[in-house]
Parts: sequence; structure tokens; C-alpha cells
Amino acid sequence: MMENENGSGAITRREMLAGTAIAVTALAMTKVTGLEAVPSAPTVTPVESEGVSFSVNGKAVKLEMDTRTTLLDALREHLHLTGTKKGCDHGQCGACTVLVNGRRINSCLSLALQHQDDSITTIEGIGTPENLHPMQSAFIKHDGFQCGYCTPGQICSAVAVLEEIKAGMPSHVSAELKAPVAFSNAEFRERMSGNICRCGAYSNIAEAAAEVAGVQG
Amino acid sequence: MKFEKPAGINPIDQLKVIGKPTDRIEGPLKTTGTAKYAYEYNDQVVSPAYGYILGSAIAKGTISRIDQSAAKRSAGVLAIVTAENAGPLQPGKFYVSRFLAGPQIDHYHQAVAVVVAETFEQARAAASLLKVDYKKSKGSYDLESARDSAQQPAPAEFGPPPQTLTGDFEGAFKTAQVKLDETYTTPDQAHAMMEPHATIAKWDGDRLTCWCSVQQLNWGVRDLAIILGIPKENIRLIASYIGGGFGGKGTVLADLVAASLAARAAGRPVKLALQRPLMFNNTIHRPKTIQRIRIGADQDGRITAIGHESWSGNLQGGRTEPATASTRILYAGANRLTRLKLAVLDLAEGNAMRAPGEAPGMMALEIAMDEMAEKLGMDPVEFRIKNDTQEDPEKPGRKFSTRKLIECLQTGAEKFGWQNRRAKPGSIKEGQWLIGMGVASAVRGAPVTKSAARVRLNSSGIITVETDMTDLGTGTYTIIAQTAAEMMGVGLDKVMVKLGDSSFPESAGSGGQWGAASSTSGVYAACEKLREAVANVLGFEPTKTQFSDGKVIFGDQSVDLAGAAKSAELVAQDEMTYGGLSKEYAQTTFGAHFVEVAVNAYTFEIRVRRMVAVCHAGRILNPKAARSQVIGAMTMGVGAALMEEMVVDKNIGFFVNHDLAGYEVPVHADIPYQEVILLEDIDPTMSPMKAKGIGELGLCGVASAVANAVYNATGIRVRDYPITLDKLLKNNV
Repeated sequence: MMENENGSGAITRREMLAGTAIAVTALAMTKVTGLEAVPSAPTVTPVESEGVSFSVNGKAVKLEMDTRTTLLDALREHLHLTGTKKGCDHGQCGACTVLVNGRRINSCLSLALQHQDDSITTIEGIGTPENLHPMQSAFIKHDGFQCGYCTPGQICSAVAVLEEIKAGMPSHVSAELKAPVAFSNAEFRERMSGNICRCGAYSNIAEAAAEVAGVQG
Repeated sequence: MKFEKPAGINPIDQLKVIGKPTDRIEGPLKTTGTAKYAYEYNDQVVSPAYGYILGSAIAKGTISRIDQSAAKRSAGVLAIVTAENAGPLQPGKFYVSRFLAGPQIDHYHQAVAVVVAETFEQARAAASLLKVDYKKSKGSYDLESARDSAQQPAPAEFGPPPQTLTGDFEGAFKTAQVKLDETYTTPDQAHAMMEPHATIAKWDGDRLTCWCSVQQLNWGVRDLAIILGIPKENIRLIASYIGGGFGGKGTVLADLVAASLAARAAGRPVKLALQRPLMFNNTIHRPKTIQRIRIGADQDGRITAIGHESWSGNLQGGRTEPATASTRILYAGANRLTRLKLAVLDLAEGNAMRAPGEAPGMMALEIAMDEMAEKLGMDPVEFRIKNDTQEDPEKPGRKFSTRKLIECLQTGAEKFGWQNRRAKPGSIKEGQWLIGMGVASAVRGAPVTKSAARVRLNSSGIITVETDMTDLGTGTYTIIAQTAAEMMGVGLDKVMVKLGDSSFPESAGSGGQWGAASSTSGVYAACEKLREAVANVLGFEPTKTQFSDGKVIFGDQSVDLAGAAKSAELVAQDEMTYGGLSKEYAQTTFGAHFVEVAVNAYTFEIRVRRMVAVCHAGRILNPKAARSQVIGAMTMGVGAALMEEMVVDKNIGFFVNHDLAGYEVPVHADIPYQEVILLEDIDPTMSPMKAKGIGELGLCGVASAVANAVYNATGIRVRDYPITLDKLLKNNV
């Protein structure tokens, strides 16, 4: 779902796939041939460290790090923005949800290097304890969390879901693909189903979001 | 303070702060990502190294050799810990698992090695370069085939006795007019809490500090000391926030041991989290059960005989899943039998998960009750009400401290619209959907146990509470603040709560549904001492001094509370301990669950449409947090009913679906609006708080209410959880 049309310096999905394919081939060669160089094999020097620049919560950031670092680990381990949580590291739980150029993604599923020039918003950029976003206030009021570990992801997702509905993006439960979409309990639950809450605060999260959307849950 | 006699009127009964649906005091931190979990103490531990566990690729056997050469050469590697260089390790006191394999391997994904490197990426890469040669041996992985080898276990610290006999069960069952004899199974389940087990370990000489995710810090310190063979006094555990536990983080698991060993080997602080796909086979889980239930009744529906036998498996020396607990106490009947059997299995350790024993036991018992009601031609609510008992059925004469099971059932039936249910399955259809309604009783013990706290009053009038209690999302921060505020006569804005540090006074910890009632009682005791200290400083007679609205009042004198600490901070510490009231009275929580499902008539897809729970669980300290505990439990109950199962590969010997994609838990789309009704229940036999736990009660019975609703919708009785559409299709004849 990530769109990237801003040209220079940005890695497109196609380029990324191509790059991955080269890396995979190189790895496979190493495995097969061991460390002794076979004359006919292409020499690939692995790039172990690389720089990337993007903005996080409106602040420009420049990082030099292991090329294997995910966006999630770049945020947590390099920038110490630990509000974004690692629940599974495999895109299965949604705890690491952040907004990239306004769209929500699982930050564990992309490498930090893919985000050159992107604008990233984490939970720390949504609001602070002193200056809560309406969604954060609604989560507190409706007790839309218990242990709190999935909460930053739920809130980032919920904020984005309301925007997606406003923008008329349909979901699996929308009656029509092209008709305008309205916030409803079913629309919200469907769109939020990539964000697991094992404490089971779903019923309360839906009420919190309904309040922010301005409708009765 | 020792609690020996039922509580009289005390400051908690003012209910100015207690009993109010207060927002969680840590809400602004959790919703902004500011609350810190184990892996996130970047301010305390600068430039730590990273640890990564390699799990065993076989379930049983030995390690012949670990070739570390490539891993050692890998970039950034600082140390590799295996059984060979770890030094002697003992099992802890609560779990039987050994946290580092070698040479023997006890179960799949048991830690084989810990790699420490400068970065997470380097540690992970190096771990993949370890070459382990295994020698496999034959293991036992299937409870069904091990069932006949199961033995009666020794009595355990927690849970019911392995066998209980009252009257003449076999005789009474044989001659009963109406009988049921059925077998049910519940699968291996995972806690699957959102925060993986994680630790940052830091040694200062021989002193070890770990930021970790452990529910019972007192057990954690005890067990880590035993495991590592170091004095308890040298260990400090910190767990300010825990990202869910459900019993799965009771005490020390592999992350704590591995991080501690790794930090010692690397000579640097080490942070380590269990990777999600390792958690399911490496840590603990709720073990599978096979349960046989026999109920005999007379034609009028009065139970004359009730028997419940349960088989489970575990590693050698592991505990039994005590699935018979609820059957001992829930319904009347003069002739009774419960029996537990334990087989040895070579899967990861089975241990406590939310309402251990009671949750899976009720999954079976409450289907059996539904089946029995149908045999008798009775309404399932009526059948349960008819067999209510007001005294302990095993010990006639021993009363329940409070018991309103009937009121739970009646209130729920009315709220839910139970009168619209049709007894004949498949009677209600909406388009292509079959609609069914189900009910189940809920019961869960209400233990309360020793818990201590320290309270401070400073010159600004701020009360600070310190206790090693934990908050796993249970609302502990908030109810402890409410307790201190009520006791000291101040608003919540004047109370600070510090939890989750083993250097604080030892609390009950979070487990067994004892946390809320026990930890607040410890705070009550400490506040009593602080009130006394305040009165003494001000020259007031302690027993006649009132604390209200930030003032200390004695006769016609009224002084600001802060004034008492003007010259020096006042500090008081105490613990609450208990006498024999729990022996004298059966102290238990009760409830009822009502569920409506829609089952697609063609595909058998099951959707939960409505859920109502009624709970009777002592004084509700904070109705908002209590309700959340219950809706969360109802959600977990839907998972247990419809999707949760760790599938065993019986050849290789492991749980196949070991991540959050394969182990399905309920998501937003699965859960409708949930209604919870909390009945008033002030239980003076519990403690001065008059409260009980509720977080586990909410789970007991939910899955069977769903199962019974599915039966009511379809007429197909599934006795093997989870109830998936393939089982309905298979039985649709």
C-alpha cells in the first residue's frame, strides 16, 4: 500500500525487490561455494552499514546503521522512541504500527533504509501526556487498553482508520466499492483487525473511536 | 496487621474514592508510549549488548556438538553462552523447566545457546551460524496415547487435591434416573501476551539488576537466586509495566536466565527478548486436558451424583492442570468424585494460565450441564438454579462467605432476553444464519494472601505508595492509588504509586486472582500505620482521628495533612496477613455468561453477536477497571471457544503454530459490544477492603456459553475445543 512518487533518492518497490533478489542470489552463492572464491562467481561485497535520512515526528533524522535494521528497530534502538512496540517482529500483531507519509504500516516489515525522505509519525508524535490527541483522551476515557503494550499501535491505527474512512477508502465490509464510506462499528472493527489486543479491550476501543469519529458506537 | 475477624466499618467504607469508575492513573503514559516496559530502559543502561537465543531444533535427545566457529567469527559477536560455559544451573521453585539445554534436551525450542553481539542484527545473524549436532531420542507428545500411563499426582501447592470423594459417587451414579457420561477435550493454549518475555540484565560486581517482565517479583528473585546459585539479596528485579502476562510471566523464564548469563559472559549489560516464534515452545502454556464428566440426577433435575476426572500431561515433575477445581464447589449433590491424572510428555512445560484448572474445567463442566438440562427437558438456567448450594457440598455446614449464583443467572437472563431462546436447536433463522443462545455459570476461588507496602507522606501532602506489586493491565496502579487516597482522606491527585521493584516491600504479586484484593489490603495496613504516625505527630488520639478532604480532624481541631510532615517525611510500612477465615468460609466469586451466536447454515462460520456477563466478586474497587478485566476475559473465552489451539506435531514433538499468525486469537472483527453487570457484594470475611478478584472469574464459563449457543443454533454438539467450522461440517448429518 505504500505509495512513493516523490522521485529522487526514494527506493521504489520495484527497485527494492530487485535489490533483494541480488542480495538473495549473493547469499545463495556464498552458501554453495563457501568462502573460497570461485573465479567465475561475481564478487559481491556486502554493504554492512548505510546511511538514511527521514523525518520522525517532524524532526529531520540522519542515521548510519546496519543495513538489516528494520524501521521498528531504528525507532526503538537507535532513536530511543520506544513508544512503538515490538510484539512479534513479523507483521502479525500490529503493535509496531506507525504512520509513514500519513499511511499506517507495520514498522517491523520494512527496513529503515527503505524510508529515505519519508515522513514518519510515531505515537510520540500523535500526542504527549501533557497534550493528548483526542484519540488518546478517548482511549483513557473509555478504558481502551489494559497492559498498554498494543496501545500505541492501536491508537496510530485508529487515527489512520478515521482518515481512510474520510478519504472514502472501502474495506472488506463496505457495501459498495465506490460509494462514500461512513464510520460504523463494523467498518472500524474490520479495519482494526490487524491490531491484536490480547487483553481484549476491543469493545472499549471501538467506543473510543466512535466518540472521536463523532458517532454513537 | 493480621486479619482474623470479619471486618467492621472502616475508612474504606466511606467510598469517596474507592468504588468509583476512575480512569487509570497511568493512562496518559500508556496512550502516549511513555510507559516503559522491560526492554526500554535506555536511560538506565547505556550502550547495552544484545542477546539472542537459539532454540533447540529437536524435542528430545542430546546435543553432541555445537560448532561455534562461524558464529564466533561473525561481526560484532562478544560472547556465546552454552551449557558448557554457563556454570551450574538449577531449576527454579515454580517451573520445572531447565532454561539452558545441554547435553540433554527436554523440549523443542529449549534454549541451546545465547549469542551476544553489539547489535540485535549481529546477534541474530550469528545465532543462525551456530551448527548444532543433535542426537534424537524417542519422546512422548500425545496425551491421548499417554493417557493410560497417567498417574495420580502428588498433592500440589496450588489447586485441588488429586482426588476427592464425598458419599458414594459410583453407587449413586449407577442408580440415577437420568445420566450423562461424556468426555471433553481442551487443547494446549498459549498466553500470547503482547509483550514478549524480555530482560535487560546488568551486573555490578556480584550484584545483578534486571529490568524484566515478571508478575511475581518475590518468586522471581527467589527463583533467579536458586537458578544462578547466588544470594537472593544480590538480585534486584524491576518491572514497572508488564505488557500482559495471564500467568505466562509468573516468575523466571528463559529470557531472565539467558540475559543474566549473557551479561556476565560479555562483561556488559545485555538486553534480550524472546523472539515471538520461540515463545510458544520455549516458555509455558496451558496444557491440553481430557475430561470425563458424569452427572446423575433424579427426574426433577436434582443432581444426585457428580463426577469429574481430568487427564493432562507435563514434563517430568511438572504440575497437573487442576481442571476439577470448580466441580467441587459449584453445584449441589450428595455423592461426588473428582480425580486428576498426570502423564509425562516431552512438550514445553504446562503451567498456570489465567484461571488455571477452572477455565478448562468449566469449558467441560458447563457443556455437560447444558447436555444434562436437555436430557431432563429443563431450561439450562433453571437446571443450574435448582442445583445451587448455599454450603460447601463437600463439607456440609461450611457456608460460603457470599454466594449469589442464582441472582447472577437471573439478572443475566433478564438483561440478555433469555426468554427468547428456543430449547429446540436450529429454531431461529435469520436469512442464511442460524441463531443460538447459550448460558454458563462462572465460578472462581477468591484467594487472598500476605502483602506488604510502604507509604510516605511529604511536606507537600503527597502520599507515595511503594510495593513490589505489578500491574499487567489489571488496573493495580489505580486501585492502589484509590485505596491510599481513601485511607488518607486525599484526592487521587495527591497520591503517587510506585510498583514493580523488588527492593520495595514484598506484595502478593499478580496471579491466581489474588492480586487486587491482597495488594490493596497491604496498602490498607500500611496506611493504618501512617494514620497513626500522623496523629501522633499532631498530638491527636489515633483511634479518634479522621482523615478527610486533605485535613486531619480530631474533635474540633482540623489541620492540613501536609502539616504533619512539615519537619520530616513520615514513613510507615506494614503487611496484611490472614487468620483462618478462608477455612471457616468458602470464599469464592460467582457469575453467569450469556452469549448469542449466528452460525452460517451453509459454511458453519460462527459469529459471536452478543455477550452479557454478570459477576459477583466482592466489593468492586473500580468498576471501570473491573469491567475491563471482565470484557478482556470474555474475549479470551471467545478465543478458547472458537480458535485457540496449539497444534502438536506428534512426530517431531512441538507446537506447530508457534506465532501470532498461526496461533489465532480474537481480533477486533470477532468481538461485539460486551455488557458486564457487577452485582453488589461486600464481603467482610475477605479483608478490610471487603474485595475479591475478578480477572479470572470473567474467563470461567465463557467458552462453554459460546459452545452451548453454537449447539442451540445448529443442534451439533462439539465436545472438542476449539469449535471450528470443520467440526460442525463433519458432524452435520
